[in-house]
Amino acid sequence: MAAIAMPKPAQETLEKRMKIVADLKKIVPGEGVISDTIEMRPYETDAFTAYRQLPLVVVLPETVDQVSQVLKYCYDNDIKVVPRGAGTSLSGGALPLEDGVLLSMMKFNQILEVDLPNRAVVTQTGVTNLGITRAVEHEGFYYAPDPSSQIACSIGGNIAENSGGVHSLKYGLTTNNLLGLEVVLMTGEVIRLGGKHLDTQAYDLLAMITGSEGLLAVVTEVTVRILQKPETARAALIGFPAATQAGRCVADIIGAGIIPGGMELMDKLAVEAAEAFVHAGYPLDVDALMIVELDGPEAEVDDLLEQVSSIAKQNGSSYLRVSQSEEERNIFWAGRKAAFPAVGRISPDYLCMDGTIPRAALPEVLEGMQELSKKHGLRVANVFHAGDGNMHPLIFYDASQPGELAAAEEFGADILRLCVKVGGVLTGEHGVGIEKRDLMPEMFSEDDIKQQQRVKCAFDEKHLLNPGKMFPVLHRCAELGFMHVHQGQLPFPDIPRF
Amino acid sequence: MGEGFHPTTAQELEAVVKWAAAERTPLEVIGSGTKRTWGRQVQSAHTLRTDGISGIVDYQPAELVLTVKAGTSLEEVQKLLKDHNQELPFEPANLSAVLGTSETAGTIGGVLATNLSGPRRLKAGAARDHVLGLEAVSGRGEIFKAGGRVVKNVTGYDLSRGFCSSWGTLSVATSFSLKVLPRAAKECTCVLLGLNPTQATQAMTEAMGSSAEVSSAAYLPKGFCLLSQEFSMVLLRLEGIPASIDYRLEKLRGVLKKFTSQELIEGQASRKTWGDLRDLLPFAGSTKPLWKISVSPTAGQQVVAELEKRFAIKYMQDWGGGLVWVEMQGDEPHDVPLRRIIAENGGGHAMLLRASPELRASVELFQPLPDTLLHLTKRLKAQFDPHSVLNPGRMYASI
Repeated sequence: MAAIAMPKPAQETLEKRMKIVADLKKIVPGEGVISDTIEMRPYETDAFTAYRQLPLVVVLPETVDQVSQVLKYCYDNDIKVVPRGAGTSLSGGALPLEDGVLLSMMKFNQILEVDLPNRAVVTQTGVTNLGITRAVEHEGFYYAPDPSSQIACSIGGNIAENSGGVHSLKYGLTTNNLLGLEVVLMTGEVIRLGGKHLDTQAYDLLAMITGSEGLLAVVTEVTVRILQKPETARAALIGFPAATQAGRCVADIIGAGIIPGGMELMDKLAVEAAEAFVHAGYPLDVDALMIVELDGPEAEVDDLLEQVSSIAKQNGSSYLRVSQSEEERNIFWAGRKAAFPAVGRISPDYLCMDGTIPRAALPEVLEGMQELSKKHGLRVANVFHAGDGNMHPLIFYDASQPGELAAAEEFGADILRLCVKVGGVLTGEHGVGIEKRDLMPEMFSEDDIKQQQRVKCAFDEKHLLNPGKMFPVLHRCAELGFMHVHQGQLPFPDIPRF
Repeated sequence: MGEGFHPTTAQELEAVVKWAAAERTPLEVIGSGTKRTWGRQVQSAHTLRTDGISGIVDYQPAELVLTVKAGTSLEEVQKLLKDHNQELPFEPANLSAVLGTSETAGTIGGVLATNLSGPRRLKAGAARDHVLGLEAVSGRGEIFKAGGRVVKNVTGYDLSRGFCSSWGTLSVATSFSLKVLPRAAKECTCVLLGLNPTQATQAMTEAMGSSAEVSSAAYLPKGFCLLSQEFSMVLLRLEGIPASIDYRLEKLRGVLKKFTSQELIEGQASRKTWGDLRDLLPFAGSTKPLWKISVSPTAGQQVVAELEKRFAIKYMQDWGGGLVWVEMQGDEPHDVPLRRIIAENGGGHAMLLRASPELRASVELFQPLPDTLLHLTKRLKAQFDPHSVLNPGRMYASI
């Protein structure tokens, strides 16, 4: 463990480890409890691999009742719990704690119900994102949010991070595609929210739990909304001599009232890396390359593609190719989807950032990033969900060179500060986790963060569920309760009355 | 004598809430008060009115984001967006006619606090789906912000969406950032005449399951006063660019060809029809109890059938069948059996939207919560508003 400090391990818990393992085995029999160091290795990190930590013990429950009992046991004994889905978090959301039980949800792998008339799927939360689409695609349906890791990431993890994907401008994020949840609180209480009906009349706890990074509750079951697959999808590959032109083109497309299914932007370095890796036929003489995908009825797609092409030309595009077949469309995307591993081939290590900015700030941020690149002496490639302003700068570094990880982290922090400065946010879809935890005060005041922690206190007053993530400082719930008020003041005479 | 606070800035509002918290004196929190007859009545000496905190903060159409002060009237927001050929996709209703209140639609803060969404909610999502960021004052009198001005954001808990449907009981919003979208260039409504409830459910299910991208789907039974007294009607709305609509209409008609009696409503007439449905005009001019019921789309018709066995009702279905508006014609107590019927048909919730003062005081207006959920809800309320000064009892007696 390097720079990011985690909560101090509870000595008492570490000393009781053997008893805890034995107790947990009573709740989850068979192979559901892993305490052997070698067998626990695969759980010591997630996709944010810069940090590693062996957990106290790994538990893989198979039933809601087991989840409930494990959590209640940990609650009663003040033991921390780190929930984990498929372990694809890019922000260290599932990084274990030395004194914490790692609760893996991967045995919750059953799709419970496919209800086509109500356009809903009820599933356990260890099922992969793509697994849901696989279960309904033969009937022409799909689950819309499609994070790049969709083949591996679990729907439970998607809920924890409120994942998006390339189609989120048109089809929304995870939170916009959920109908119901079954969750277990740290106390072991099981709560059901929503169902196959729309909306709630009480507090929107579903909204608060979605994107809560495993700090509020463990989600055991979810009801998602599924959509009819668009009849057709076609993509245009558009190259620009300058990134600023691409930025303007994005704004003009949206300004014309067109909401593309996907709109992606790659800078020169990302294009070169992707092309060398997958040979998608990307032009190499451009500074920025856009993929604009239109989906829907054929007549609409053709019409809008023409409009997009003409907007691109007006903005000085130097390259334009429209997919003529499904195969060609997939090739266009292959390069973009492989951009991360492609960069992995040309740099020993890379850090993937995740800030979101107002679209209009794109040219400014791209320019600022080049300056930061010089300042920190590290290269950066950019892939960008241009439609919704979500950037993924990839910072190249070499972990075997002393000091380079620290320099890369500092570079990343500077990029995120820049995002916040132009009116954006620290993370669009990867989550705060441990990675951006200490940057939260860049965006939020102490009072802002206090309100968030009050949600935490309502769900988990003992701070046992995934502590050390998201919040830079842990306040005891009792401390948060203190109110600075002076009693007995008169109602303010200068405030207007009606 | 109670005070009627009418702050014009977030700081003034903060001062009022701080004072109320210190005095442990509850405030009735309203925007402009158009939804006061809806939900439980707040017992408080003082009223805090937010429509003095009004105005557009920032609007850049190409960003599809509008930042607006919470007390701004819905009309002002809608007009601004319309001038730029954009709109709030979730189509908030103006319920003044059905509630028998003033003619305005209230403030944007009131729309979000009640998560009020119209017929297009089916495709476009609810009010809460369009909230990106929030500035508010908690019941402790602390100004805070959450979320941001960008569409994609997981930085911290989603308190902005969490504000929606909290009815001003957790915090008082002072501004919002909202996702807006371009208005559709054209719309039309395919009407299927004379279907019975079973056929209607089938037709709506098939339409919604097709690639025709139907944006609203409603069923008006025979005798319903909108459009026709003579026939029942299934209404299916298509919106988009002209080339797309023509194509999808053909597609939709193909899917529904077994239902032979079809009509088409176009342009302004289609817009008006959905506007009237959104504002519940068919239920206007009456004071009979009106329930808003949300169940799964296919369960809507079963719930109606069960209700009809026991009560005289007038109803219509929206949201593909899952949103059922039920007007009770008789005076007998009905809330308990009504909610039991919902529970027996896959679950959902029922809210009494319009009722006499006596009825309002005697039944649970909001769907009762199971114990564990109620306790969690209370803990959340206690965290944000420990002295119960913000709209206490507005939703539930203990919240």
